[in-house]
Amino acid sequence: MSRLPPLELTKLPTGIIGFDQIANGGIPKGRSTLISGTAGSGKTVLALQFLLSGVRQFEENGVFVTFEEAPIDLMQNVRSFGWDLEGLLADKRIAVVDATPEPGEETITTGPYDLSALLARIENAIRTVNAKRVILDAIGALFPQLTDPNIIRRELHRIAAGLRQLGVTTLITMERTDEEGGVGRWGVEEFVADNVILLRNRLEQEKRRRTVEILKFRGATHHKGEYPFTIDGEDGVTIIPLSAIELKQRSSQIRVSSGVPELDKMCGGGMYRDSIILTSGATGTGKTLMVSQYIKAAIAAGERALLFGAEESREQLTRNAASWGVDFEQAEKDGLLRIVCRYPEVMGLEDHLIQMKRDILDFKPARVAIDSMSAFERVSTPKSFREFVIALTSTIKHLEITGMLTNTTSMLAGGESITETHISTITDTIILLRYVELHGEMRRGLTVLKMRGTYHDKDIREYTIDSTGPHIHGPFRGVHGILSGTPTYTFDSERSRLNNMFASAPDDPHAGA
Amino acid sequence: MSHFKLRLYITGRTSQSQRAIDNLRRICEGEFPGLYEVEVIDVLEHPALAEREKILATPTLVKRLPEPVRKIIGDLSDRERVLIGLDLEHLDRGMHP
Repeated sequence: MSRLPPLELTKLPTGIIGFDQIANGGIPKGRSTLISGTAGSGKTVLALQFLLSGVRQFEENGVFVTFEEAPIDLMQNVRSFGWDLEGLLADKRIAVVDATPEPGEETITTGPYDLSALLARIENAIRTVNAKRVILDAIGALFPQLTDPNIIRRELHRIAAGLRQLGVTTLITMERTDEEGGVGRWGVEEFVADNVILLRNRLEQEKRRRTVEILKFRGATHHKGEYPFTIDGEDGVTIIPLSAIELKQRSSQIRVSSGVPELDKMCGGGMYRDSIILTSGATGTGKTLMVSQYIKAAIAAGERALLFGAEESREQLTRNAASWGVDFEQAEKDGLLRIVCRYPEVMGLEDHLIQMKRDILDFKPARVAIDSMSAFERVSTPKSFREFVIALTSTIKHLEITGMLTNTTSMLAGGESITETHISTITDTIILLRYVELHGEMRRGLTVLKMRGTYHDKDIREYTIDSTGPHIHGPFRGVHGILSGTPTYTFDSERSRLNNMFASAPDDPHAGA
Repeated sequence: MSHFKLRLYITGRTSQSQRAIDNLRRICEGEFPGLYEVEVIDVLEHPALAEREKILATPTLVKRLPEPVRKIIGDLSDRERVLIGLDLEHLDRGMHP
């Protein structure tokens, strides 16, 4: 008995960032793929980018056929992306077929007809520039232009077949009226039903969120579900291939300092170089301080650090660091530090992600810090926040650099936030900072809740902050319930409490107080 | 009566193309003999011309003169609609567009 090997269609890489990952290599080669989406969902930009990447990255020329927007308008619209379609047109790298209706023109039908003139024009354009990629943009505009939808459907089928014979790979864009429901409004999906991509542009918490979903690729595999994407002036369409991100980062055994020697000791000798550290605590517990120590350690080692501020301005961050003896200004001058401050509210999370990735790839830091991660939670839905965290941490890990994220908990003592539950499974090390109410005083406690791949100190230790930074002291002995926010004492007597405190922490300045 | 300048776009020498040519000749000879000029253009041979006039469907008859320029698509078998397209509908007594 012989078995046929599984036959997978050849894919054509689109060259669109992230798309080829979710499409398992690209769109089916030599076939037509329908892109359907509501107005403004980014269909045309995606299609044009497919064409442009062909020319730029793969030496493949292209043809674009436009049914709705005049070629000149289309070319001017995408100039904001730095795409010079006019230049490519002049160099015969691309050709244009203008199938837009003449303004004010009415057509009169006097009997049977077909669209073979259009097909002949497309074929001619393909031959002229030796195109391998073709886009048919806004094909739905044909319907009001010509009268008989049945003829158009039949003819589009013929055009798709004709293009297939020429061996070109085609993207067809089509408007749909609704984010859900049918693929297209004219029943066109049937003629290219083999491959369908849906673009959505939903309003979520007063922010637009774009997603792309590959509905089907006949005879070829792809990732399922929706993936967020952004459109911006630098890269055009960028797809964020979240769950398609592979967990294939190598694990480093190299340790780096957290900037706090006692903390390094608690962690068994420092943080792993390619790990993500989450520092979580209520406001004022010293998260930003931890961040500045962490950056100080990078600067001291002559390595670069990138700090993303989401709550405080550069001046505030610099001043705070100076009060703990860390000179951000000098480090920036030396090229060892870059501070990027963007309030979460200024754009969508996907855009933040793209920008941050760009900053990281551009500055090439050895350490990244985000202060605070929870600030981004304010402006998004739990789902997109989780995606944001995954995408960002995987970028950091992929580069085998260290990342520190901070999280502000809402309760002063104890408590757990959504951010914590969201981030905790992704991070390698979690440091909790907590207020401890003890004998009528607010003290600060620190514990290493988790540290992947190594032994760590499990005590809850007291720490204090002075002008030289944080100092970690002995553990809170005889107290439990600190993490839940309601500490109780288990001392037999006041005397044993005092004995214990003096005995366990001789260097503790608070011990005698 | 003004002079008609017409252009008929076809794709290949198909039976549909031939039918359109025959229908057009019949209408011209019947309505305005000697007062017309017809160019038959095969899109397969002259795609650039079709590009310039933005022809999508064939057969398409383009009335270039008298103005306004108008495109009439189909094989021209519906005589009345062809006459409407050529602005000659008044010749058909009692016809309304």
